[in-house]
Amino acid sequence: MPNLFARTLIVMPAFNEEAVVGDVVREVYATLPGVHCLVVSDGSVDHTVARARAAGATVADLPFNLGVGGAMRAGFKYARENGFDNVVQIDADGQHDPAGVPDLLALLGEADVVIGARFAGVGSYTVRGPRKWAMKFLSAVLSKTAHTQLTDTTSGLKANGPRAVALFADNYPAEYLGDTIEALVIAGRSGLVIRQVPAAMRPRAGGTPSHAPIKAAVYLGRAMMALAIAYLRPLPKAGALE
Amino acid sequence: MTVTSYIFGIFTAVITLGVVIEMLRRNRLRERHAVWWLFGGALGLVIGIFPGSLEWAASVIGIEVPTNLVFFVSIALLVLVCIQHSSELTRLEDKTRILAEESALLAVRVRELETATGTGPGRLGPHLDGQDTTE
Repeated sequence: MPNLFARTLIVMPAFNEEAVVGDVVREVYATLPGVHCLVVSDGSVDHTVARARAAGATVADLPFNLGVGGAMRAGFKYARENGFDNVVQIDADGQHDPAGVPDLLALLGEADVVIGARFAGVGSYTVRGPRKWAMKFLSAVLSKTAHTQLTDTTSGLKANGPRAVALFADNYPAEYLGDTIEALVIAGRSGLVIRQVPAAMRPRAGGTPSHAPIKAAVYLGRAMMALAIAYLRPLPKAGALE
Repeated sequence: MTVTSYIFGIFTAVITLGVVIEMLRRNRLRERHAVWWLFGGALGLVIGIFPGSLEWAASVIGIEVPTNLVFFVSIALLVLVCIQHSSELTRLEDKTRILAEESALLAVRVRELETATGTGPGRLGPHLDGQDTTE
């Protein structure tokens, strides 16, 4: 697999993650020898850039916060400019185990986008209440578009093959929830093959997923809206995949 | 309608048109943004000079109180301008985002070049001693 690693770019969107980003980068290099690691500091105002750089990552420092979508688009552009075939998105907060990445990469032969799913049997990540309903509903709708059973559509652990990198370098949605919901809609409607594999999640080093009812309800509303708009949008130009 | 209110109506419309045209002239307003204000100002001027035209238009559409037509057209115009502004804002945000991404990626390339050639901001200044300037 070393050959595969050399053609793979790990992209880590990071917003004020100075406490953990260095360790996550070092763990990625230790677990996946040969990969290139790009940390996209999304307008961080702490020492994220220096810590990531000290750990040996290439760091793109966005001048202000663009959200995960904007950070990922920068990552896809970097991959395209530097000739990387695959892009793997990993959260900088350490909740994803890099040891799961080879499983994702192994599936890239037959799929263009591989999602590391949190609820597919491995690990102990749970949510409840409106947030759970939102995720259930999203999974049902997006599974149809993706022509495959997806159980975790909002996972931040994803591997993208060459066709996905070509599509996303120009068309990765930068809006709120665009990196999860709309990106899958674009991929599915553009004919990319989407798969998911189970992935273990670790408890986040900082912060917990929000379960406050009002926040969850707002999340549900915005997710519905993002989903509706994603389906209403015209498809990216057909030439994007040639 | 008194002579005062007649003159006041025309005066307001002329001032509006004058401000818009002056801003256009000084490049403070782009033509595609000015067109709505020119349209509104011209309409106001026509109604100011010929108040009968308003009553005629209202009766044609079937509005009993002519001033309601004025309110309707004014609000419609403002709503359209607001939508146009939202759309412009979205486009500007998109462009800013792309610039931010490109600038961050260029900074990466510059840094790599500087590392490869042994130059860089830290080498020229006497006080930095090649330290990481981002910290």
